[in-house]
Amino acid sequence: MIQPGLLAEILTSLLIVIGAIFALVGSWGLVRLPTLMERLHGPTKATTLGLGGILLGSVAYFQLAQGVWSAQELLVSIFLFITAPISANMIAKVHLHGVRLKDADGIEGPAGLPPKSPGKGDWATYEAPHRDTPVATSEE
Amino acid sequence: MRRVIPHPGLSVLLALVWLLMANSLSFGALLIGIIIGVLLPLFTAPFWPRRPDVRFRYGIPYVLLVLWDVVIANFEVAAIILFRRNRDLHPQWLVIPLELDTPEAITVFAGTISLTPGTVSTDVSACGKYLLVHALDAADPEAEIARIKQRYEARLKKVFA
Repeated sequence: MIQPGLLAEILTSLLIVIGAIFALVGSWGLVRLPTLMERLHGPTKATTLGLGGILLGSVAYFQLAQGVWSAQELLVSIFLFITAPISANMIAKVHLHGVRLKDADGIEGPAGLPPKSPGKGDWATYEAPHRDTPVATSEE
Repeated sequence: MRRVIPHPGLSVLLALVWLLMANSLSFGALLIGIIIGVLLPLFTAPFWPRRPDVRFRYGIPYVLLVLWDVVIANFEVAAIILFRRNRDLHPQWLVIPLELDTPEAITVFAGTISLTPGTVSTDVSACGKYLLVHALDAADPEAEIARIKQRYEARLKKVFA
């Protein structure tokens, strides 16, 4: 007969180990993928589940071992979901500038140079967003 | 009602975030949460001259779909990182024409693309009609663009109607 305490420990450690594995795979992707734009994919995705697993482990621990509901972990994951795409976007924008300036960080990846925008004007990183469009940054 | 609570969705969200931060459901925490939820939108209302109407009846299923896709995305990207050789990889730039026409909807769409399988949104065009997306492994860019538009954009159009 397995004690309930042992079961709780197994569940908690399983969640933490799964989370840690995904975080490790994400970091490994950062090391082995060819250029910056490919490397961005590791940290934005593999780590969300990595952290998610560890946070679920934390919820399970507080509930099963301490007997209290803890929901702060939910907040951590919400903030992560909001910030991960934004930081990835900022790094990608810097990369666009690097590619145009052909500096050391702007090494062209296997995907080639980014295509030009098919619409009027260029991408918003290269050119101020036009007025009266959904991406406009000023009202007047 | 609109004068006192200019942004009901934001008020509820702020109160919920406060409860999560306090990590308790006591009367005191609830009271402070409600006070924050009422006061903050009152002071920040001038920063939100135009608010899109979010239809939660479509919004909540959308969030659940994205959460599910994030889990799948993690497995797919992990498999690519672990088992695919660099020379077998087909990274591509995708240009996605946008049908969404509010800043909020485009932001949520771009964020969704960054969080889901093998794609990171890189930039929006200055005219606001195209999104530049980098795909980690897209053998068929056209099919990938169609999939993203049909799976996420079509649903988002209903959320921000």
